[in-house]
Amino acid sequence: MAELSFEPVRVEREVETISRPSLSYWQDAWLRLKANRRALISLYIVIALLLFTVFGPFVWTVDPAAQDLDQISAPPGADRTATVVDDYVPWRGVTVELPAGGSPPAAELLAPGAVSVQGPAETRAVRLAWDPVNGAAAYRVYRNILDPEPDGALGLPIADVLDPAQVSFEDRLDLKPLTYFYSVVAMDALGNESSAYRTAQVDVTRVITAAEAVAKGLAEGGDALQPGDTLKLAAHPLGTDYLGRDLLARLMYGARVSLFIGIVAPFAFVILGIVYGSAAGFVGGRFDQLLMRFADFVVALPFLLFMILLRILFGVGAGESGIYPMMVAMVLLSWPGAARLVRGQILQIREEGYIGASRLLGAKTNYLVLRHMIPNTMGVILVTLTFAVPSAIFTEAFLSFIGMGVAPPTPSWGSMCNEGLKTMLTTPHELIAPAAFISITVLAFNLLGDGLRDALDARMRSAE
Amino acid sequence: MLAYTIKRLLQGVITVWFIATATFFGMHAVPGDPLAADKEVPPEIWANLQARYGLDKPVPEQYVIYLGNMLKGDFGISYTQQNREVNDIIAEHFKVSATLGILAIVFAAFGGILWGALTALYRNRAPDIVIVFLVILGISVPSFVFAALGQLGVVNINNALGFTLFPVAGWGTVQHMIVPSMVLGLGTMAFLTRLMRSSMLEIANSDFIRTARSKGLPATRVFRKHQLRNAILPVVTVLGPSIAAITTGGFVVEMVFAIPGLGRYFVQAVQQLDYTVIMGTTVFYGAFLVFMVILVDLVYGLIDPRVRLE
Repeated sequence: MAELSFEPVRVEREVETISRPSLSYWQDAWLRLKANRRALISLYIVIALLLFTVFGPFVWTVDPAAQDLDQISAPPGADRTATVVDDYVPWRGVTVELPAGGSPPAAELLAPGAVSVQGPAETRAVRLAWDPVNGAAAYRVYRNILDPEPDGALGLPIADVLDPAQVSFEDRLDLKPLTYFYSVVAMDALGNESSAYRTAQVDVTRVITAAEAVAKGLAEGGDALQPGDTLKLAAHPLGTDYLGRDLLARLMYGARVSLFIGIVAPFAFVILGIVYGSAAGFVGGRFDQLLMRFADFVVALPFLLFMILLRILFGVGAGESGIYPMMVAMVLLSWPGAARLVRGQILQIREEGYIGASRLLGAKTNYLVLRHMIPNTMGVILVTLTFAVPSAIFTEAFLSFIGMGVAPPTPSWGSMCNEGLKTMLTTPHELIAPAAFISITVLAFNLLGDGLRDALDARMRSAE
Repeated sequence: MLAYTIKRLLQGVITVWFIATATFFGMHAVPGDPLAADKEVPPEIWANLQARYGLDKPVPEQYVIYLGNMLKGDFGISYTQQNREVNDIIAEHFKVSATLGILAIVFAAFGGILWGALTALYRNRAPDIVIVFLVILGISVPSFVFAALGQLGVVNINNALGFTLFPVAGWGTVQHMIVPSMVLGLGTMAFLTRLMRSSMLEIANSDFIRTARSKGLPATRVFRKHQLRNAILPVVTVLGPSIAAITTGGFVVEMVFAIPGLGRYFVQAVQQLDYTVIMGTTVFYGAFLVFMVILVDLVYGLIDPRVRLE
């Protein structure tokens, strides 16, 4: 072989140099989290929710307890104009001359000939009059927001007109700017209703008097308002609830309760878990066995029972708000999960070489735990914390939902859902708004937790 | 195996004893007289009532009597319904809760395995993306919202059909059971789907799957025999805690659908401070959950011979 076939390998020094800046664990994790778009969006949502909770009430300064009686159960984007009208003038009604001795009894009571609206149909009053029915001793008026046809569903009986000469009725009961169906039924002397009815469809317009508008702060002075003018009522971006309270304001104040519990309780029980778990893991042996057995017992304790006991201990009666009993119950019963996780990590880390090295160099126990062990379990702890937030929010919502948490009038997302559920069929927005906030919050924390797990701990990385 | 079973059962008994003790002393630590009524009761009657419930004895003696009775399976008499035994109440209402819970867990387990397998099969394609989105939704929506939506759906279905296919509330027939159990199982199904999916994907990359493929097994056989079977194991592990969560967490569904289950009864008892019912139900539930977890662990050992029960 010719000597020229060989060439000495040159040593390339550049291979040895580190071309990129060295990153700490947290810097590296942050880079990885930033690359995860889902987690990043979730992080922004979480920040936005916190801003919403903390600063929202300063921007949207509506009182969450104030009732807007002109707009009850108004869905978002509902028409909020009102027509200015003159002051209310009482109505005498319509009467007919009956033959002497009352009208003769008829074999069958018929439906009134026609039901008509007298004057304009307004939210302050709807005035109905109908043709008299032969033999009727009284009339009953029904109101429905749905068409009675074809099922004959007349709705709620709102008045009995007991004088057969009186063939009119003025409805002033809780009118909303909707289309109503009024049905009039004749009754005999015994109070038996006829099966025949006559229905009138009435489109009600929202009205307000000049004096009311001034009193509610909607107009400067009454002089500027003329009957027939239209006026804009107070704005409610997310609508109002069944008592006319602004949903956006209530959601902001409700977030204070829900997120307070959802964030503070997990913090508290994760810290308790860290202390407990690291003590068990570090000392080990019998002590560890004893502590972990106790943790197993705590897991088996019934949460609802302790919730109730704590409510009684805190002196919170039925139907009162108990934020602190709720938090204490969560903290006292939820720590074993975090404790077990931290213990497992500590047991693993305890055997690592660098712990031995540190010990050889004379490190004290406290230093080992605080400087080496806990910082190294921080990733797992942070992930646990993020996943604990949604479950705490769920627990709060559940407890308030069944009436063991926050009670009216304090808003929380759970109690708002509870209230909204009752009117779900007619005004679904009262349930949708708080339920959407709970869902978005839980979703954001879940996705953020996934992202943090992938970023912080390569071994726990999910297969998604 | 036998030694392990005995050890686990023993631990379970100790746990139940702990729950019973904690419940007993917890209830006695609460201020308030369980026999206090709205009406003023003459002292003689009150003393008689105390004697009937054994409340005139010192607390340690009460505790011993309580444990002794519990060993015999006797939880005593209800305070608010004074001619009803707690055992009767549990027997009557737990049947309903258990039926609901079993239906829900079956629905959740089958759904979870099916959807999880589908997502893994269609990884990163339309079915996968849709199901993963629904799963995230299922995990993030509270159960009472599902219950409300379920009921709304029932109303709409009945309206569209013109007759009552599913009753809106109540209990009794199979039609009553379908919607509530689906609602109850939905959250667990989402969770199991997610678990199944990650477990399927993990196994798809393992060596034995590659070996099975390279030796020429048809794809469906690899999927069914190797991938699916192994991927189900983690799902089985979490079934124990899931059964626990479903049977006890059925309260919301029981309330929304007006189902006479034990959960609803328990909360009622709690609100009325019905000591014996609270203690009896708590201990019963605790025991049920503890032994359910043990059962699932034992079954797991049978399904997967690699798992050594120690």
